[in-house]
Amino acid sequence: MVERLAEFVEDGSLDAEFIHVESEHSALSAAMGASLAGVRTFTATSSQGLLYMAEVLTYAAGGRFPIVMINANRSLALPWNIYGDQRDSLSLLDSGWIQAYAENAQEVLDLTLMAFRIAEDTAVRVPFMVNLDGFHLTHTYEVVDVPTKEQIDKILPDYDPGENQIDFENPRSFGFTAGPEWNASFHKAHHEAMLHAWNVIDRAENTFHAVFGRRYSGGVDAYRCDDAEYVLVTLGSVSGLCRQVADSLRESGVKAGVLRLRYLRPFPDEAIRKVLSSAKSVAVLEKDISFGGAGTVFTNVRSIVPAKLNVIGGLGGADISAAQIAGIFESLQAGESGVKWL
Amino acid sequence: MAMSARDLDKREFFFGHKACAGCGGSLAVRIALKVLGERAVSVLPAGCMSAVGFNFPQLAFTNNAFITPFAATASVMTGIEAGLRQRGIDDFQVVGFAGDGGTADIGLQALSGAIDRGDNILYICYDNEAYMNTGIQKSGLTPYGAKTTTTPYKGSRRHKKDMLAIVAANGVDYAASASIGYLEDYIRKIEKAAGITGTKYIHVLAPCPVGWGFKTDETVDIAREAVDVGAWSLREYENGEWKLNREPSRPQDLELYMKRQGRFKIEKQYQEENNYAGE
Repeated sequence: MVERLAEFVEDGSLDAEFIHVESEHSALSAAMGASLAGVRTFTATSSQGLLYMAEVLTYAAGGRFPIVMINANRSLALPWNIYGDQRDSLSLLDSGWIQAYAENAQEVLDLTLMAFRIAEDTAVRVPFMVNLDGFHLTHTYEVVDVPTKEQIDKILPDYDPGENQIDFENPRSFGFTAGPEWNASFHKAHHEAMLHAWNVIDRAENTFHAVFGRRYSGGVDAYRCDDAEYVLVTLGSVSGLCRQVADSLRESGVKAGVLRLRYLRPFPDEAIRKVLSSAKSVAVLEKDISFGGAGTVFTNVRSIVPAKLNVIGGLGGADISAAQIAGIFESLQAGESGVKWL
Repeated sequence: MAMSARDLDKREFFFGHKACAGCGGSLAVRIALKVLGERAVSVLPAGCMSAVGFNFPQLAFTNNAFITPFAATASVMTGIEAGLRQRGIDDFQVVGFAGDGGTADIGLQALSGAIDRGDNILYICYDNEAYMNTGIQKSGLTPYGAKTTTTPYKGSRRHKKDMLAIVAANGVDYAASASIGYLEDYIRKIEKAAGITGTKYIHVLAPCPVGWGFKTDETVDIAREAVDVGAWSLREYENGEWKLNREPSRPQDLELYMKRQGRFKIEKQYQEENNYAGE
């Protein structure tokens, strides 16, 4: 990703400064400094790199810098592994960033464009992490529609840093200590900005649809859920296969549905409640485990609806097959519950 | 024209902070900002000066200032410099104020990265020779024999890292050591650094009465004596050349310098026969 951006900058097609850093910690720190200086900033990372910059994530979020970052979801050491799962970003849900999860390469591109618009909205001002499955989306090829500059200009206005930038006429301190009497007020404002982001996401998706003809659906992407008795909740690139399995189960009379979570922060609690309120039984499939507890996505979903079954799969790049997904629906029909490993 | 302490900017850019009485670090920051003026953008990691200067709503910097992660002073400076330049602004100086721990220990990697890129920044390390803000723990710049809360009885068994040699080896454009006891030398070096495009590093000795164990009205005198007895040197590195700015005037008084400070008082049972080995 950064290699291609380096090409764009060196051949002059992108008017940007490319900063070579010695670490992920410095990458996000430099992005934060540049954002503070009043320019649009982007960086990308993955896996241990995301964890290495974890400290800076909360600085960037609390400082309300609208940085956009793409994270390639990859497994965490030990054991060492270069393939995909979602333990990296899910372990950092509480860092104060918007977190979205793409299903395919087109959605990564589209989400990234919208991410700038959403993060930079004056009522939001929160950094945005676009997540995509390592290997499945990062090391495979897909044909994508590449937008023209004219199209981008219609959804992404020129950068306006607002008040949160260095101003020599009106100098300020941009980061500070806030004691117990002030601390919560900053975090509450941050939380409320995250909740307000739903309105901004909605508007961004409407504009995006008008320009590109592609419609995105906010926090969740529900498939055959209206009358579904058994719903599988998941996220990322495995969702397509889940939908295929749901289709074939429908043919044999099983009322199966799939709910793909597109955003985990802000958490789409109302959308989840609405879609799953009439389901008989709900399972969550995720490439993650909070050791000694359950999958983090499951824990979040269960805070909204009584999901029973949590299936942990795809860790360290393990394949998830159609037969295994069909097996999850069978487990739901059999009334199984708890944490199960594929 | 060379600036002197007499014709420093009368305006204050760092005041109303919570620094301890007799703090050497706050003097180093205050003077540097008077030299650099209102176009300076201050960058401070976790440490004494951020702890005393950024207490909302009592914010002590009157220029643009930003608090950074402990390890990120230089990389945040890099981003600010690049961002301002991208906006078409060119008359500014990004200046970092990091302590000895934030520089020689946790911040060393980011500093090396910035020197490697040749970023146009001025990094000032105010060296009070231990992690004073968090309770006087040993840092990589605690001198041999100095007691800290983590070298409580015998004193540090290691010599200070030579930060000037380290940044020189990394390819820094300008480096200098200074002392708040020789203010005109410090002022001259900041002024000189500000006129150089490239990565500049100034290492200023900033005694700490609390951590070193001396009276609060002795700070400047101790900082001066450190140079006079040869415990600290005033050096410059430029274009691959080293220059010693001042010969120690009374090296025979090193022991007097140490005896003035509580941190060098080692109880008899902890004194080792090969004290100050390697000197």
